[in-house]
Amino acid sequence: MFVGAVFFPLLGATISGFFGRWIGSRAAQWSSVGCMVLAAVCGALAFAEVAMDSRPATVGLGTWIDVGGFELAWALRYDTLAAVMVAMVTLISTLIHLYSVGYMSHDATPPRFFAYLSLFTFMMLMLVTADNLAQLFFGWEGVGLASYLLIGYWYDRDSANAAAMKAFIVNRVGDFFFMLGVALVFLTFDSIDFSEIFAAVPQHTGDTFLGLNSIELIGVLLFLGACGKSAQLGLHTWLPDAMEGPTPVSALIHAATMVTAGVFLVCRMSPLMEFAPNALTLVTFVGASTALFAATIGCVQNDIKRIIAYSTCSQLGYMFFAAGVGAYQVAMFHLFTHAFFKALLFLGAGSVIHAMSDEQDIRRMGGIWSKIPVTYAVMWIGSLALAGIPFFAGYYSKDAILEAAFAAHSLVGGYAFICGILAAFLTAFYSWRLLILTFHGEPRADEHTMGHIHESPVVMLAPLLLLAVGAVLAGYLFYDFFVGEHEHAFWAGSIVNAAHNHIMHDMHEVPAWVPLAPTVVAVLGIALAYFLYMVAPGLPARLAAAVPALYRFLLNKWYFDELYDRIFVGPARRLAAVFWKIGDVRIIDGMPNGAASLAAGASRGAVRIQTGRVANYAFAMIIGLVFFVSLFMLGLR
Amino acid sequence: MSWTLALPEIVLAVAGLAILAGGVLPKRDTFFPASMAVVGALLLTAVLVIGQEEGTAFGGQYVSDSFSSFMKLLTILGGALGLLLALDWNEKEGLGRFEFSVLVLYATLGGMVMVSANDLMTTYLGLELLSLPLYVVAAFNRDDARSSEAGLKYFVLGALASGLLLYGASLIYGFAGSTNFDRLAEALSAGQQASPGLVVGIVFVIAALAFKVSAVPFHMWTPDVYEGAPTPVTAFFAMAPKVAAIALLARVLLGPFGDVAAQWQQIMLLVSMGSMVLGAFAAIGQRNIKRLMAYSSIGHVGYALMGVAVASDEGLRGLLVYMAIYILMNVGTFAVIVAMRRGGRAVEQVDDLAGLGRTDPGTAMWMAVFMFSMAGIPPLAGFFGKLYVFLAAVQGGFWVLATVGVLTSVVSAYYYLRIVKVMYFDQGVGALDRAPASLSVVMAGTGLFNLLFILWPAPILAAAGAAAAALLA
Repeated sequence: MFVGAVFFPLLGATISGFFGRWIGSRAAQWSSVGCMVLAAVCGALAFAEVAMDSRPATVGLGTWIDVGGFELAWALRYDTLAAVMVAMVTLISTLIHLYSVGYMSHDATPPRFFAYLSLFTFMMLMLVTADNLAQLFFGWEGVGLASYLLIGYWYDRDSANAAAMKAFIVNRVGDFFFMLGVALVFLTFDSIDFSEIFAAVPQHTGDTFLGLNSIELIGVLLFLGACGKSAQLGLHTWLPDAMEGPTPVSALIHAATMVTAGVFLVCRMSPLMEFAPNALTLVTFVGASTALFAATIGCVQNDIKRIIAYSTCSQLGYMFFAAGVGAYQVAMFHLFTHAFFKALLFLGAGSVIHAMSDEQDIRRMGGIWSKIPVTYAVMWIGSLALAGIPFFAGYYSKDAILEAAFAAHSLVGGYAFICGILAAFLTAFYSWRLLILTFHGEPRADEHTMGHIHESPVVMLAPLLLLAVGAVLAGYLFYDFFVGEHEHAFWAGSIVNAAHNHIMHDMHEVPAWVPLAPTVVAVLGIALAYFLYMVAPGLPARLAAAVPALYRFLLNKWYFDELYDRIFVGPARRLAAVFWKIGDVRIIDGMPNGAASLAAGASRGAVRIQTGRVANYAFAMIIGLVFFVSLFMLGLR
Repeated sequence: MSWTLALPEIVLAVAGLAILAGGVLPKRDTFFPASMAVVGALLLTAVLVIGQEEGTAFGGQYVSDSFSSFMKLLTILGGALGLLLALDWNEKEGLGRFEFSVLVLYATLGGMVMVSANDLMTTYLGLELLSLPLYVVAAFNRDDARSSEAGLKYFVLGALASGLLLYGASLIYGFAGSTNFDRLAEALSAGQQASPGLVVGIVFVIAALAFKVSAVPFHMWTPDVYEGAPTPVTAFFAMAPKVAAIALLARVLLGPFGDVAAQWQQIMLLVSMGSMVLGAFAAIGQRNIKRLMAYSSIGHVGYALMGVAVASDEGLRGLLVYMAIYILMNVGTFAVIVAMRRGGRAVEQVDDLAGLGRTDPGTAMWMAVFMFSMAGIPPLAGFFGKLYVFLAAVQGGFWVLATVGVLTSVVSAYYYLRIVKVMYFDQGVGALDRAPASLSVVMAGTGLFNLLFILWPAPILAAAGAAAAALLA
């Protein structure tokens, strides 16, 4: 069961990837879906046993590295934290596999797509069940690779290739810090095994490295690594571009799995992070800033998937600042509920795009709600959950996060609270902007597209409906376990709050207005969106014209891409050109080319001696003899 | 002292006479049975060599030790395999005369005598016994101008080399008072400084033997003779005489003249380096594969002589291993060259191999194995041959020699790999004829040796180590 949950996806990927050509496209698709279903069943059973019955386990798979006293094992570490992730990832991934059967039906090479998708799932599961940092890094790089393959799945499009490379390279920047962090962990603790690290943290709180506190430094480095994966401010630029991949990929990578790896890492390292207060402050600050920053951009984007992508970025910011104030459980809770409604929104958007003949610009949509009612309904549910409207999943987790931020009673906690409230307002605003522009108002698409609009097939709708159920109920059902009264028994030590950290208690004792605030601002956001786009549809354009600088600043995503282009990409290209033209062409190529022409010349010379005349040959022999004799005689003197 | 010590040579000589007599009598063509009889005689001789006792005979003129056994086995192997290559070829070219096999037998016998020589007189005897049949087989295709020319050139220059040997031998006798290697060794270890006359004599002897192994600058005959002689003869040239002459060179230099090594070492260094460099560069421009193999063999001799030049235990062992491996990759390569026929006519241009990778994948694969092995690419046998001599050079502190060796083997890799490229990537003009079974067997056997040497190198290494120890003891 434990092994199955992780390795069934690998089996599916193998079948679909290596044998897809022989068994045919349909068989390949359904076999990988079948493997995912088995994995999801295993994942659910594992969740029930580990998290609900509090029976954590570690399954050894064998030795990986054994050099000079340094030993690493392949092992699956199933504690509550891992079990939550495994159950969530396998479930969401299964639904997305199923949805893809419909979505990719017009594609040329579905087996390749399903192989990548299953491989990605496997890598993510390896990441979350890792027993040591090296194995986690294996999964970490694995999801990076799989996301590269998936984003660039339509490799004949230039933009997809560019986006895939961008995602990979930006992730590498984060990975670099992650590797430094792992190295420092090994230097400090002499081990990268989780249990050994966590047990040894208290003895090493005073250690320093280059004059800095080691634990703090590890915390910062690992967080910077997490920033890359989880698209936090500074390293977020790849995420919106990654929308070049097929929509199910966006749903899988940018909702349920890959981007949450960073949050997972911070929570996984909670026993260590607890002793790094400054690193946690940084986490809170970056997370809160990202939450607000991404929300502002989301308000003016026009591509339906990009809006949702920025919303993901923003929600990840929420998770980080929750972890930053010490409420890792709350961060995990939001991660869990977010997976449902964000996957729902992405797949719903996919359904809209499918219906609109691959149109993604919401300015060319509108007035289609009656033609695709099911999609319309699930998008409503997803948006309500995202905005945090009471009793939908997002309400429980987002409220808990803001309460935790308020209860932190620190400067940065207050900053996070304010950013969070503002972001909640913007979230509601852009969600309804999206809903209204997409489904209501006058149809702005051409006749041809409008004539083709159709509801998606059952194989796509079924996952949507299941996810909708999750988006409604996930918060209500699991609140008590994740952050409520059973919290302590549920997590069973897989997340550690240090003795000085009372946040899980304090967050329930905040003033009465705090839990209400997010709901109020969300409703205000909805109202504003309704007013601007429903009642007075001409107003947004005039607003944009009134403050053109601000509008362009937001539309161009705070000019992050341009800035990076100027600072990193341009100089790197110029340097590369120098190396190429002088270093490679002149020096590196020049040396062998020169040597080769020298050799050819020497060869011609050597052949010329060979005249074919016996007299010459005899002469050469005698000359050689004379030469040697004289050499010998001179050597004797 | 007992004449029975030389039993292998005596048996082989008598067998040769018997085959000669048996071949003359019947009216019909007896090439095949005679060849089989020669191969049988060689096998019998090999068995006798393995069982040979150690010691000296004929008043110290003949010596038998593990070094001579090792080299004799290689010589016999070269002779037998050379004859096997000729079986099919000679029939097809109308050269199926039984004298050929008897000549090969006597050349091999001459080589064995050289290997066992312990006296300058025996040396000369063996050398001439080896050379005379070689002159004849080089010109064996007497209706072909190129073959006749090759035989004549070889004869004229070979006579010159023999003259040098005799002149050197008489100088040595005159200044040292003996022709026996053991006496010479005593005389040289007793005297503090070798006299100039003796030194000149040594140089003359070295020159004559360098001619036989075609080392620079006594190599000039090699490309012309290799190209002109019938292909199986070329293969034979590249094996048995080389082994015998290198064995003799090693015995002379490291035995009686071992104590004056400092003086001849420099010459051997130059010979070795010159051979490596010439073998690498001159072969680049060659289009005829036999000519190319001539330069290749010059290069290989250069590597082998590194082992003599460093004048150490490891060097000698490296030399012996190198020769064993060289024989086996060379015979495989020549098996492919002998098999090169299109429409019944022998072809010998490198470009004739074009497209072989598609038309005859088996042969092409073995050829690729041999080429990679010759280029010294691991894990094939050729790599280990080079490894041991380079190792000896480095251990002896001969950095320049080792560096030149490594660099020239890079250059020579070019033309070996070019053959592979031609076989697999060039467009062929037409398929070559199927290789006869006898050649395929030789290719497969030697190819497997080259592939699998890495797994069981121990027997050859051990035998070479014992042989080297026997000579230097």
